[in-house]
Amino acid sequence: MKIIIVGCGKIGVSIIKQLIIEKHDITVIDQNTDVINDITNNYDVMGFVGNGASYSVQKEAGVDKADLLIAVTGSDEINLLCCLFAKKFGNCNTIARVRNPLYNKEIAYIKDELGLSMIINPEYAAATEISRILRFPSADKIETFAKGRVELLNLVINEESPLVGKTLIEVSKRISSDILVCSVERNDDVFIPNGAFILREGDKITIIASAVHAKEFFTKIGYDTHQVKDTMIIGGGRMTFYLAEQLLKMGIKVKIVESDRAKCETLSETFPKATIINGDATNQEILLEEGITGCDSFVALTGIDETNIFLSLFARTRTQGKIVTKIDRINFNDIIDTFKLSSLIYPEKIAADYIVSYVRAMQNSIGSNVATMIKLNSGKVEALEFTITQGSPVVGIPIMDLNLKRDILIGCINHKGKIVAPKGQNVIEVGDTVVVITTKTGLNDIKDILE
Amino acid sequence: MNIAIVGYNLGWVLTFESGFMLLPALVGLIYGEKEGWPYLIVGIAGLLIGLLFVRKKPKNKQFYTKEGFATVGLAWILMSIIGAIPLCVSKDIPNYIDALFETASGLSTTGASILRDVEAISHVGLFWRSFTHFIGGMGIFVFLLAIMPMVGGLNMHLLRAESPGPVVGKLVPKMKDSSQILYLIYIFLTVLEFILLWIFGMNPFEALCTSIATAGTGGFGIYGDSIGGFNTALKWIVAIFMILFGINFNAYFLLLARKFKDIFKIDEIKVYLSMILISVVAITINIFKMYEHFGDALTDAFFQVASLVTSTGFATTDFNQWPTFSKTVLILIMICGACAGSTGGGIKVSRFIIMFKAIIQEINLFIHPRSVKSVEMDGKAVDKTVVRSVCVYFLLFGVIYFVSVFLISFNKFDMVTTFTSVLATINNMGPGLEMVGPAGSFADFNWFSKLVFIFDMLAGRLELYPILLLILPAMWKKH
Repeated sequence: MKIIIVGCGKIGVSIIKQLIIEKHDITVIDQNTDVINDITNNYDVMGFVGNGASYSVQKEAGVDKADLLIAVTGSDEINLLCCLFAKKFGNCNTIARVRNPLYNKEIAYIKDELGLSMIINPEYAAATEISRILRFPSADKIETFAKGRVELLNLVINEESPLVGKTLIEVSKRISSDILVCSVERNDDVFIPNGAFILREGDKITIIASAVHAKEFFTKIGYDTHQVKDTMIIGGGRMTFYLAEQLLKMGIKVKIVESDRAKCETLSETFPKATIINGDATNQEILLEEGITGCDSFVALTGIDETNIFLSLFARTRTQGKIVTKIDRINFNDIIDTFKLSSLIYPEKIAADYIVSYVRAMQNSIGSNVATMIKLNSGKVEALEFTITQGSPVVGIPIMDLNLKRDILIGCINHKGKIVAPKGQNVIEVGDTVVVITTKTGLNDIKDILE
Repeated sequence: MNIAIVGYNLGWVLTFESGFMLLPALVGLIYGEKEGWPYLIVGIAGLLIGLLFVRKKPKNKQFYTKEGFATVGLAWILMSIIGAIPLCVSKDIPNYIDALFETASGLSTTGASILRDVEAISHVGLFWRSFTHFIGGMGIFVFLLAIMPMVGGLNMHLLRAESPGPVVGKLVPKMKDSSQILYLIYIFLTVLEFILLWIFGMNPFEALCTSIATAGTGGFGIYGDSIGGFNTALKWIVAIFMILFGINFNAYFLLLARKFKDIFKIDEIKVYLSMILISVVAITINIFKMYEHFGDALTDAFFQVASLVTSTGFATTDFNQWPTFSKTVLILIMICGACAGSTGGGIKVSRFIIMFKAIIQEINLFIHPRSVKSVEMDGKAVDKTVVRSVCVYFLLFGVIYFVSVFLISFNKFDMVTTFTSVLATINNMGPGLEMVGPAGSFADFNWFSKLVFIFDMLAGRLELYPILLLILPAMWKKH
């Protein structure tokens, strides 16, 4: 597909990196010559220097032949203007990044009126992600398929876990829950396990199951499945705003620590139910005084990555609760992983993933049928949801008889709303949706899973 | 420096060059010449060794500007060394240094020759000489990028090191598509010329060798008098195609994309074509008294101008005999060269445009000391770093030129020969004046001078840096 990306900040580059791998024709526009030089030298893209909201620049970049324009500059207004022009003159699909909470309330209206295909708000997306984690604190990360009926959950096996030293066959016999372990991350390696795979302490496993079965599984292996009761949020920025709003709705008590007086006042006006503390969170006394030891969860959302990491490390020594850390710069994620902070949130990456999955879906609406695509284990594993159409080569054959490629696993079958964890004798039928887990990237059709 | 990845890429270069050697072997088969055997043997051996190198992808995929330039510089040296072996073994050119000179001259599309009598060479040797022009014209890495996925995503460094011009960009977002388009235009124009030459009276072998030598703007002829022996129509066809291959290939892409208006916005092409027109008129007026017919004078003037401005080096007449004015015009347009992004050599028209505009601005600063104005080309401002690099390029070119002249001067030849021989090699031109004129050859220079020429030719083709950087010790340090 021909894609134009306007704005090459962190999020722009994340998108470029991913879309390059998927072999799209990418043209980038940015106002800064150095940025464009750097990107064209490092990635296989064509660059133009100029204001992306200008029609002549868009025309030069080939908007008339483009399939999609993604506007991710720092300014909401420029992004919307870019998309407006591209829609009008190029008649292509458009995605804009809009971050201002004020616009966020009117997002549906803006989207319809300007004919946008998608609006992405990284802070809002990240806040939603965090609230999901807090709702289900035992698992690291939750993704959903089949309109929320199927969940993908990460969990790290600790030493007391009954799963240590068991093969997957033993696990499924013992727990007798309808779940499937679909990937295991051990040190730097990622495996798509088979039945004889033995789990060890420290493995990070991803399970796929319906929401009910997932909860059941967690209870059986002795994990708490209740949502957190209260949370302490450090930093009062835009993301805190979105997060507090969602958490309060769910009935979770919110305490926000922010050093800027004016921000505190705005927050207290907006969220009268929340406790707002005006103080410097890097001061340990304040955190202790405000009850970090007793809190059920702790979310570090300041604008500085280092501060977030240190705060989270400190919080880990004081509380048994869930700890969430926001990281803006992805570059050092290998090192940050070694700190063993349980939940890391990369807002830019989340936004980029959203956009990439949209691009895939768009691509697939042309040639094939991926409904959802989710990346796991820092992008090494993909979970893809396919819709099975008439004439697909997998229809009507028991799964054990399908000649699957290596490193491919059928995670679950959604048969008319009923979620089935597939066994060898199950059969895929037309109209089902199937979730496929794989370490191969770029699968476009269900037939790609066969040898 | 990541030597593993450089070695891997060189492996591919070796594989493909060896593969290309099977073509002259085929020519040998057709003409029943035993000279084909060395090409077959070296080709197969090279293929096997090359494939050995590329069997495993290197683990360390680090590939930056440094690696890109080193890969390209080393690749061209390697290609010259390998390409010279069959020429030497087949006894067409028995001396290895001479064979190396001939191959480097071919690959760099120079067309300077050490042969005194071209017609004594086998068809196989003639074909290989001309075919090296075809490989060198568009570049081996552009070819590799077009047909196979390269290791790492940073192939822009390869393209930049190999393609001529102050600013190297892509035609379309994907490197692979861009390279394919370039090669398709290149091959299409070549085939078109081949057909026209064939129709108008050349035999297929002559038409093939001439068209691929024109395509790379190389200039190895297959007869002693180059193109002089062919009829007037053929001379005009070759001349026009030389000019076409000297035009920035972006223009053809715009033509394909039906953006006709944009073609006329390219300053470089306007200057290039006007320069040709003015030179032809000036030379014709200067020389027509030497000819019986005005038409012959015009044909010769047009052909020589087309040949020298694109640095091809074909000739229809011995322009050594022309008046000094005409010879000077030829030397000037030869230094200026063709358009950036073409297969032609020389310093490139766009560099001259940027340079002149920069000079005018510098002078303007004396009149309006506080004026702020950027250099513009094609209606757009040229980046400051580009202006700077163009200025440095001129200086560097001068330095290499004069050092080479100094080294060549040990031969005790006359001034004109010494100066123009270096000029003809560093500009990838081919023939110079006096002893190295269209009727002469480079045979009488000593082996050291030939090595200097080889350096100049490769440096000229790759626009100095890739070859120069190889000399720096800092290039070879491990990260």
